[in-house]
Amino acid sequence: MSGIPHDHYEPKTGFEKWLHQRLPVVGLAYDTLMIPTPKNLNWWWIWGIVLAFCLVLQIVTGIILVMHYTPNVDLAFASVEHIMRNVNGGYMLRYLHANGASLFFVAVYIHMFRGLFYGSYKAPREVTWIIGMLIYLMMMGTAFMGYVLPWGQMSFWGATVITGLFGAIPFIGEPIQTWLLGGPAVGNPTLNRFFSLHYLLPFVIAALVALHIWAFHTTGNSNPTGVEVRRGSKEEAEKDTLPFWPYFVIKDLFALSLILLIFFAIVGFMPNYLGHPDNYIEADPLMTPAFIVPEWYFLPFYAILRAFTADVWAVQFVSFITGGIVDAKFFGVLAMFGAIAVMAVAPWLDTSSVRSGQYRPMFRWWYRLLVIDFLVLMWVGARDTNFPHDWISLIGATYWFAYFLIILPLLGLIEKPETPPATIEEDFNAHYPGAAE
Amino acid sequence: MTETSAPPEVSPARRDFIYYATAGTGAVAAGAATWPLINSMNPSADVAALASIEVDLEGIQVGTRVTVKWQGKPVFIDRRTEAQIALARADDTATDLIDPALDAERAERPEWLVVIGICTHLGCVPLGQDSGDPLGEWEGWYCPCHGSHYDTAGRIRKGPAPRNLDLPPYTFVTDTRLRIG
Amino acid sequence: MIKKLTATAALALALTTGGAIAAVTGGPIEDEDFSFEGPFGTYDQNQLQRGLKIFTEVCASCHGLKFVPLRSLADEGGVGFTMDQVRAYAAENFEVWDPDLEDGDGDFRAAKPTDPFPEGNDPNAPDLSLMAKARAGFSGPAGTGINQLVKGLGGTEYITAFLTGFTGEEMEVAGSVLYANKAFPGGWTAMPPQLYGEDVEFDDGSANDAHSEAVDVAAFLMWTAEPKMMARQQAGFVAVMLLTLLTVLLYLTNKKLWAPHKGKKLDL
Repeated sequence: MSGIPHDHYEPKTGFEKWLHQRLPVVGLAYDTLMIPTPKNLNWWWIWGIVLAFCLVLQIVTGIILVMHYTPNVDLAFASVEHIMRNVNGGYMLRYLHANGASLFFVAVYIHMFRGLFYGSYKAPREVTWIIGMLIYLMMMGTAFMGYVLPWGQMSFWGATVITGLFGAIPFIGEPIQTWLLGGPAVGNPTLNRFFSLHYLLPFVIAALVALHIWAFHTTGNSNPTGVEVRRGSKEEAEKDTLPFWPYFVIKDLFALSLILLIFFAIVGFMPNYLGHPDNYIEADPLMTPAFIVPEWYFLPFYAILRAFTADVWAVQFVSFITGGIVDAKFFGVLAMFGAIAVMAVAPWLDTSSVRSGQYRPMFRWWYRLLVIDFLVLMWVGARDTNFPHDWISLIGATYWFAYFLIILPLLGLIEKPETPPATIEEDFNAHYPGAAE
Repeated sequence: MTETSAPPEVSPARRDFIYYATAGTGAVAAGAATWPLINSMNPSADVAALASIEVDLEGIQVGTRVTVKWQGKPVFIDRRTEAQIALARADDTATDLIDPALDAERAERPEWLVVIGICTHLGCVPLGQDSGDPLGEWEGWYCPCHGSHYDTAGRIRKGPAPRNLDLPPYTFVTDTRLRIG
Repeated sequence: MIKKLTATAALALALTTGGAIAAVTGGPIEDEDFSFEGPFGTYDQNQLQRGLKIFTEVCASCHGLKFVPLRSLADEGGVGFTMDQVRAYAAENFEVWDPDLEDGDGDFRAAKPTDPFPEGNDPNAPDLSLMAKARAGFSGPAGTGINQLVKGLGGTEYITAFLTGFTGEEMEVAGSVLYANKAFPGGWTAMPPQLYGEDVEFDDGSANDAHSEAVDVAAFLMWTAEPKMMARQQAGFVAVMLLTLLTVLLYLTNKKLWAPHKGKKLDL
């Protein structure tokens, strides 16, 4: 392991030595917890802990909820009401779980945009980034299937619309959709398999999180300057770093505590603000709600899905050269998944020699525009598709792709970056003049 | 990571107070978060509501028996006739009682015998609740599974059952309302 | 830049998330003062009892409350009946089908506290158990749901506006009569007007004009939809207090921990 040089665990007592020779688990925990961490990490680096907390929160509350939930189309809605009314503290567990999903996505988006700004995805951290994108995909799948379980109107029609996306795939779409649903429409088989997978995927995510941590513990954390920790010797490395425990654990816990304060205020006083009221109406396969909207965290990509209609020239062009195989519907599906895929390949699209956005004057503006673009897409994803919403989503979707496919590769060639500090120590001491003494 | 030494006038206890306070509060918060998770597995309100039931005794004629369900088990309510009570009392001193008990102990109000209708042998439901059922040799209940005979006080008199029919906890809320459980 | 980003992100999130709630747009909805609004609001027991009476005497002829157990009328923080009152209310007002009676053939019997409110008699009349939460989503501006936060405009306001929003116009469509309603999305509803004022008499002489009745029954339906609201707010309050303390302590711990490395003198 080409990690940063630091002290390793030394078994002292007889038992410690005995165990260490057989299973070096204490050593693993020690090395993980005491990992040298760049001491100049700013507050954008706390979201990893929040995400880890969210995963634990969702698994723990989820396991309890499963003890009282019944995955059957006739009983699911009533069993959720049973949780809300009869189970001791059940209303709290359910609201924690439902709003926990929102906190999870707030955290993952900030975590991802932090990586996009500070170039955390760039070599040698591409694998960490790719695993992160896999985790994000799994999270979306888990959240989507979890939203179906209460079997409200939005559950049912959301499932119908989203599985309908797979029906857009040419030739094999319809068999795939039928296979996903276990029948011609969303029904009891769908609910049961979604329940099974909703329980399974979080544990897959947990395994991927372990890989994610392993990967960045191998390369070392990125940091706001993008300058690597000096690894020549332990003494040199210690000038750039502090051990994760206690310095960053306490810092992260402080941030987590503050975020949970807000989270519990939402759970306690406005737990339904982020949910759709229609989901308090039991699913009715014969009546579609007036307006189907996904949960807020899917909205940017939902907007991209809807942006490409048949009157867009790019759609017509692709439809023409593929002989109509790629129609507007399939184009939209490709665009939605493509929007995530371009993020995943960002490490190879970004040509800049400088890692951190702090030292890239032109990049900074394009990046800010991307953040605004994301939020605008989120807003427009919840609106109808009439003018001007159709144009806003089309422009927003176009910029999203342009940022990754054109701007990132070009900027590296034409931009003249500023010079980052030589070492992390220098950056840290510039912030804290007293530290140099 | 060398700690710079604290000013000498600050005692070590004072210096570390904030650490202990933080750890203590963190532990309280963690504990407070754990309890709801554990408590959620206790019986829920709908189950707890069934822990006790109230039975209206008004419509039950002298000499008839009704069965009610309490916590998933049948409970026999027998409004006994004078003759049945006399029969039970007469056997209080019988020498062949397998599980000796006084009738007065088994029926708080002599007119009302309330027993759990599960044979103490292997858990069958004894016959005798419906008119025309065999009552056994002692005019009480008869378990068809292995031939246990119960008398009019629900005592086991003959057969493999080891104990008298069990008594549920009950109280009379009023003369015509019985609360079981 | 980071601070700016945070501010824009927070604002944009507040704006967009509410967007999901922008589904239904009906007529004008007036804000009403409900006792349970705000972080420390509580249900008004007398109002819930009045609402229950209106529900029982007016709404229950068609609508059901199938998710609400009758026993919960005795729950703390809600309608606040005693168990005897619940037993009497259940037995007087509702009959339920019990499949265990008559040797398994089933028969009707008077409702008991352990039964839920019955389902509605009219298959076209939706169950009202969760209506106050299911109708929470009309508030603007521009579908942001800000009104919900600032003014507390929610399902109860909609229900009040709906019950008092009939204009008296009628229209016959495909053999069934539709009634004009200012609050109902689309403007025409299959439900005939129900509250005209003085539809019920209250023992304590509370106002029984149509608007007061609508407000009372709306409050009652909020309780049926969210019976644990008080307990939830209390739990939220305790959690926020505890986390405030923990946050302050962690802030101080963090400051103290880092001080020597940042070259700061700190006496804590």
